[in-house]
Amino acid sequence: MSTLTVHSLSKSFGAVRAVDDLSFSLAEGEFLALIGPNGAGKSTCFNIINGQLTPDDGEVRFGGNIISRLPPRDICRRGIARTFQIAATFGSMTVAENVQMALIAHARQTYRFWHPAASYHRALALDLLRQVGMEAAADRPCRELAYGDVKRVELAIALASDPKLLLMDEPTAGMAPRERNELITLVKALVVERGICVLFTEHSMDVVFTFADRIIVMARGRLIADGDANSIRSNALVRQVYLGTRAATGRMEPIA
Amino acid sequence: MHLEGLVFQALDGLASASGLFFVAAGLSLIFGVTRIVNIAHGSFYMLGAYIAVTLATAIGGAVGFWGGILATAVIVGIVGALIEIVLLRRIYVAPELFQLLATFALVLVISDATLWLWGPEDLFGPRAPGLRGAVEILGRRLPTYDAFLIAIGPVVLCLLHLALSRTRFGRLIRAATEDREMVGALGVNQSVLFTAVFALGAALAGFGGALQAAREPANLGMDLTAISDAFVVVVVGGMGSIAGSYVAAVLIAEVKAVCIGIGLVQFAGLSFNFSKLTLVAEFLVMAIVLVVRPRGLMGRQQVAIRSVAEPDAPIRPATKTAALFGVAVLVVLAALPLLARSSPYTLVLGVDVLIAVLFAASLHFIMGPGGMHSFGHAAYFGLGAYGAALAVQWFAAPMGVALVAAPLLAAAGALLFGYFAVRLSGVYLAMLTLAFAQIVWSIVFQWQEITGGSNGVLGIWPTPPFDKLSAYFLLTLVLVACGVLLLRRMLFAPFGYAMRAGRDSPLRAEAIGIDVKRIHWLGFAIAGAMCGVAGGLFAFAKGSISPETISIGRSIDGLVMVLLGGIQTLSGPIVGASVFAVLQDYVMRETPYWHALLGGIILVLVLAFPGGLAGGALDLARRLRRP
Repeated sequence: MSTLTVHSLSKSFGAVRAVDDLSFSLAEGEFLALIGPNGAGKSTCFNIINGQLTPDDGEVRFGGNIISRLPPRDICRRGIARTFQIAATFGSMTVAENVQMALIAHARQTYRFWHPAASYHRALALDLLRQVGMEAAADRPCRELAYGDVKRVELAIALASDPKLLLMDEPTAGMAPRERNELITLVKALVVERGICVLFTEHSMDVVFTFADRIIVMARGRLIADGDANSIRSNALVRQVYLGTRAATGRMEPIA
Repeated sequence: MHLEGLVFQALDGLASASGLFFVAAGLSLIFGVTRIVNIAHGSFYMLGAYIAVTLATAIGGAVGFWGGILATAVIVGIVGALIEIVLLRRIYVAPELFQLLATFALVLVISDATLWLWGPEDLFGPRAPGLRGAVEILGRRLPTYDAFLIAIGPVVLCLLHLALSRTRFGRLIRAATEDREMVGALGVNQSVLFTAVFALGAALAGFGGALQAAREPANLGMDLTAISDAFVVVVVGGMGSIAGSYVAAVLIAEVKAVCIGIGLVQFAGLSFNFSKLTLVAEFLVMAIVLVVRPRGLMGRQQVAIRSVAEPDAPIRPATKTAALFGVAVLVVLAALPLLARSSPYTLVLGVDVLIAVLFAASLHFIMGPGGMHSFGHAAYFGLGAYGAALAVQWFAAPMGVALVAAPLLAAAGALLFGYFAVRLSGVYLAMLTLAFAQIVWSIVFQWQEITGGSNGVLGIWPTPPFDKLSAYFLLTLVLVACGVLLLRRMLFAPFGYAMRAGRDSPLRAEAIGIDVKRIHWLGFAIAGAMCGVAGGLFAFAKGSISPETISIGRSIDGLVMVLLGGIQTLSGPIVGASVFAVLQDYVMRETPYWHALLGGIILVLVLAFPGGLAGGALDLARRLRRP
């Protein structure tokens, strides 16, 4: 059964069709990678699913309901959390407070004016931080963290809203290869444990081919391939998009 | 109402649209290239009017008048260039708030310089030689000069358009508006470009003021009226679009003119005077445009405003020592009526300081944690003061009721204006809030039957037992302390955290399910209500209030208090307001040019610490540690 269904989605910016008649779906518990060269429309697609952009045409369904054209906050409340290409956290709060804020928002406790926020969900926040390996930094200001650590905190924030679907836009951008594998291994373990499905974009083909259950490929706004690692590797169209017409070996790196 | 009359009013509207267009176009041009919103642009307009009148009277005749107008544009352009070279060039990389504040300091300095040079009296200019007559239109006489003004707006618009599209200088301006960094990277000398653009913008404003001088006398209020009108025009027309400025200027001038044209209307037995609605109409046009097209009629996507400032440090509950210190201060203040029995003035000053503290704390609430840089916080102070005063005057309300009416009226105003304000950010928000405050001021000023107009409301005295100064001081102390503590409590509660979350990263906040606009809107209203309490206390403390309570100067006082104390700390506004109020009290008695002095202090602060006061203190600490 599919949780997320994207149906003939289109979005243009001026004359550019960033997303062009895109359809795909995501099965329960699936770890789905969305890849494609730069400018393929991956981020636009993410921003539509997450509600930051409204599509010109087509619809996004989640758990049977149409969610396209809802604002991001409503989409979050329906169980879709996301991380951003450039990690977005609250710089003026401590690491624990960042997660507590997400827990407070999830519990619909934002409009409370009396008891200190620091007393809300502290234990739960620390537990989430422990799971992403950031417990030791709980009381440090988030603005002081190294970028890789901010990405982990962002993951904890996303998990705090107890999502059914996690959208991750280039979760490992700006990380060293070893860090990348560690983070994705961590993500995979956490989502499997919770039965969360994941849609992620990624430039590192190593990560994609090692971890994704299924891969969909976009180019110039359109879906050009859909399949498991082997079928994508041997797909002629995908090779052409990524490498021009030259023959490819097993390893593919995107054209930067 | 006859159709001819309406058309005639419409023509009159076109004539005033031209002046408005010149100011707005200059403002828009400068912002496009330098990313600085020049609040002092209205001051250039005022300078233009004064200089033109002086030249026209000194030289006389057609040469003095027409030549004077052109010379004025050149002179004001040179003044602009000097200001850019000496001051603005140093603050292009400073946080936006400081840039706004610096240009506001210029307003204060120029205003006092004008007062010093030309005196407080309105200055009447000669009528235009060669255009003294009138043309007959629809059986009425339209002054030839107005016809000339109607024509000159589109003429200048076309000239500007040609200059921007056909010349190298124009192409550079458009390129810099599009992508400033790229133009620099291509090897264009940016300093020359920036100075030239600033001079051109200033010259346009000076030209507009000079032209207007033959229609209305030059006066000291022109600067703020012009700038708040220009803000509305720029917000409506779209920042950076010259054509948008013209369309918006015409639209607003026309709506006003038509309101005057309609005049008194009898409807269902009620008579309603539309000509009193001009300022509300201006606001309504802006409100509708902002809802339908947040970028303005012809504006493009709002440019992302880069934030230079580091994120704040996390807030921490007061340490034991700090809490004890706070309690000690409260105890001393509570004992002040006993301690200062010999000098009643101490208590008067004490009331002033306390009111300033609540005013500044409420402003800090939205500025710091909310990240909304309101340049019109005096609106809510004034609404509070008038809420209390009018409750006493019209409903003979006892003081207790009046002090409840104060925050209610202020909160209502903040809810109305905040609805629009939270939709914008950065300089747009600053412009909008300033325009709102100016609109409240104008309503109070124009609605004489209710508010007493420029005379204000007199005889607002506290009821016993608070008619004794010591008792009123204690009442103020209790209300202010409760207000400040309540604001603080809210900042530590989930609501305050959500407000900061929305400021730190609106994307992230929305993505975890926070309705950022609604949170900020509510925060705006809460700050407005608290500010209203301060206003109500102010009314009873002074016994009388006037539109001066809502002046832009007060809004800026608030900003200075908050920045003086440091925007990043919760105790900052308390310290800043106290220092400021005491300082103001002493300096004001020494010199009539208090505003210029304040402006000078702001400029020195901004130039010395372009990274903000807190940043300056950190720098200093770092330098001391490393000898």
